[in-house]
Amino acid sequence: MAETITLELARYRPEQETEPTFQSFDVPFREDWVVLDALNYIKDKLDGSLSYRWSCRMGVCGSCGMMVNGEPKLTCATFLSHYMPGPVRVEPLRYFPVVRDLVIEMTDFMVKLQSVKPWIVREEEKSLSEGEYLQTPEQLDTYKQFSMCINCMICYAACPVFGLDPHFIGPAAIALAQRYNMDSRDQGSQERLDILSQHEGIWDCTFVGECTKVCPKHVDPAGAIQQYKLTATKEWFKDFLMPWRAK
Amino acid sequence: MTQQRTVPKSAIHNSQSAIQSIAYTEYHPRWYRRRISTYWWIRSWAYLKFTLRELTSIFVAYFVVLTLLQIRALNQGPEAYAEFQEWLKTPLLVALNTVSFGFVLFHTITWFNLTPKAMPLRLGGKRIPDVLIAAPNYVAWLAISTVVAWFLLGE
Amino acid sequence: MAKRSNEPFPWALFSAGGVVAAFLIPVLLFLYGLAFPLGWREPPSYQHTLALVRNPLVRLLLFVLCSLSLFHWAHRFRFTLYDALQIKHLNEVISVLCYGGAIVGTILAAYLLWNVP
Repeated sequence: MAETITLELARYRPEQETEPTFQSFDVPFREDWVVLDALNYIKDKLDGSLSYRWSCRMGVCGSCGMMVNGEPKLTCATFLSHYMPGPVRVEPLRYFPVVRDLVIEMTDFMVKLQSVKPWIVREEEKSLSEGEYLQTPEQLDTYKQFSMCINCMICYAACPVFGLDPHFIGPAAIALAQRYNMDSRDQGSQERLDILSQHEGIWDCTFVGECTKVCPKHVDPAGAIQQYKLTATKEWFKDFLMPWRAK
Repeated sequence: MTQQRTVPKSAIHNSQSAIQSIAYTEYHPRWYRRRISTYWWIRSWAYLKFTLRELTSIFVAYFVVLTLLQIRALNQGPEAYAEFQEWLKTPLLVALNTVSFGFVLFHTITWFNLTPKAMPLRLGGKRIPDVLIAAPNYVAWLAISTVVAWFLLGE
Repeated sequence: MAKRSNEPFPWALFSAGGVVAAFLIPVLLFLYGLAFPLGWREPPSYQHTLALVRNPLVRLLLFVLCSLSLFHWAHRFRFTLYDALQIKHLNEVISVLCYGGAIVGTILAAYLLWNVP
């Protein structure tokens, strides 16, 4: 009955090695355990030096994204039972620089995210006395899907374009830009267009579509990007045919 | 992002005033970047399907070349045109055209299936299901193909 | 802020080309590449074909089909070279060869269709 499952974890300790290595651990198998539970077991009982990110353990914080048997997953949402009899290979999120063990460097994503202004941009804010910005359920529905993004960056780990060119702004950033572009309360589309119409903006994307497939929150970033390409193209033709118009 | 190098220990002894920044820098993580394999595009089925889809463009271009050759033969007269038709019957061309037809068909199917992603339509506040946007494309495609065939086959 | 990219223009051509190619190429390639050569159907006679292609609307349609399909190939192939062969650093050469090729093909198509007897 005391079933176990083997986890092969990527280890990278820059103070003692120049390349990642793998270390195997046998953890008890429980039907209701996810990969994150196994990692916590290893850290608690077997090797306290293991480094990895996690927080909410329920799929809303976006911290625990890692490669599990070659596929980008949230380790808190990936059951061990799916991989029985194992082994389960856990590696840091693909296409990002590895800081240590299973921890990746994500500052560049934070910079990219900020650059698309993921907030309501108004030409003029309403004063408090005028009340709230009103929005119908239909208006909410146009962008709601894109607002579900938890910034886990699993889409970046699936995107070969990002893998080949780390300058690419990437699926999540564009999906979040669209979330605000399509928000009826927002007036910042032109500002975001300046950033996104760069080559490293939307135009690096070749619609592989893997980002949408792996997204744990079903955000459909690939759809957001293609829709935005149409918008950007319409804007380009408008600028080309009517260069005098105010932006 | 560039790889950070750790500072040699001797640097600490060299400058008292810089000790704080150097002491911090010594422990700055040395990032590891894995290089993307040249064959990344056959590493997974999803990537392979994507690559095949992109390669369909080569066969689209091939069809244009074939068409231009055909029009040139047409312009040169009935003998040249008959020669062209004979050339199309050779095993090499038949094999090439069979493969090309497969790819061109793959282009059509993947194109129609991706259209709803790029152009979602809303009706009465709700998004129309993808299949209902792709389906009219297929219907139109069959209709247009029938019309074209009718023009070519009817004498 | 850097100027907005001009990528939308070739992308628009790519999209238009993708649409016409998707609708028209399969049936034409099936008939001329397989059905007629393999004898599944009698191909149209020289006279019938000539009469069809002489028609200015047909010529326009063929021109649009050929030109847009070539620009579709040019744009898609350019990105295929970037991603599959990782030779993005040669992007000027690639752009010239791809879009240049499409332009040459467009001119050829115009010339041939103009000169249908």
